[in-house]
Amino acid sequence: MKRLLPHPLLAAIILALWLILQQSAGLGHLLLGSAIAIGVSLAASAVLPERVEIGKAHKFIQLLAVAGLDIIRSNLAVMMVLFHLRPAPKAGFIEMQLELKNETGLAILAVLLTATPGSAWLEYDRARSTVLIHVFDLVDADEWVKMVKQRYEVLLLEIFP
Amino acid sequence: MIDDLPLWLSILVSTMVVLGALLTMAGCFGLVRLKSFYLRIHSPTMGTSMGGGLILLASAIYFTITRERLVLHELVIFFFVTLTTPVTLMLLARATLFRDRVEGNDGVPRRPAKQEPDNPGPVV
Repeated sequence: MKRLLPHPLLAAIILALWLILQQSAGLGHLLLGSAIAIGVSLAASAVLPERVEIGKAHKFIQLLAVAGLDIIRSNLAVMMVLFHLRPAPKAGFIEMQLELKNETGLAILAVLLTATPGSAWLEYDRARSTVLIHVFDLVDADEWVKMVKQRYEVLLLEIFP
Repeated sequence: MIDDLPLWLSILVSTMVVLGALLTMAGCFGLVRLKSFYLRIHSPTMGTSMGGGLILLASAIYFTITRERLVLHELVIFFFVTLTTPVTLMLLARATLFRDRVEGNDGVPRRPAKQEPDNPGPVV
């Protein structure tokens, strides 16, 4: 089982995407989708040697909800800045220390922070586990770091132990 | 397929489409109006996150109700756009960071001094 399906999570996501694209959960689509999912997961094991281990999966829904709210809020905030005649946000770089070491967790954090218009993940330094983030409208750097740690990192550490 | 749209649906869907388009446009104007590269990378994100999201959600609601079946294609578009934007963004941003550091421009954080040049380690 483990040899046939080195990345069950990836395979499940591919199968779900396939069924959504086909707009049907008929037997034919299910079989073809499963074949593709297994093929992709086998091919991916060449570049993803380690299996992704999940801790508390239900926390992922909470993470998505938190991120969704933050994205909406940040969109409105950035739009307000852009409505000024001469937009001059107080932008700045932040170097942030991360406890999260899991690769998938880091990738998800990078996607979420980048999907938020107010912040962009620039550069992760594995040797020191710090990340360089550019923030569009930086009011208080310490407050911002604390916010990311409390809202995202804690949840990600629980999802990817 | 139903022919006459209920009023609430027309209002809901058109509000979402217009709002999404406005956000995307604000983001595009931001790309032109903002002064530095690092500021500019933020504003198009409005189009790929909430702007695009609202338009796609409106499309999903509209077709789910008019076709009388669940239509979720749009979810896949949103998923892939969200997943792939950081890749291009990091590529562009890191190229700019590198150039700024080499040229010694102001306002860019230095690379930490203690770095092993032989094994800089893969980056995420």
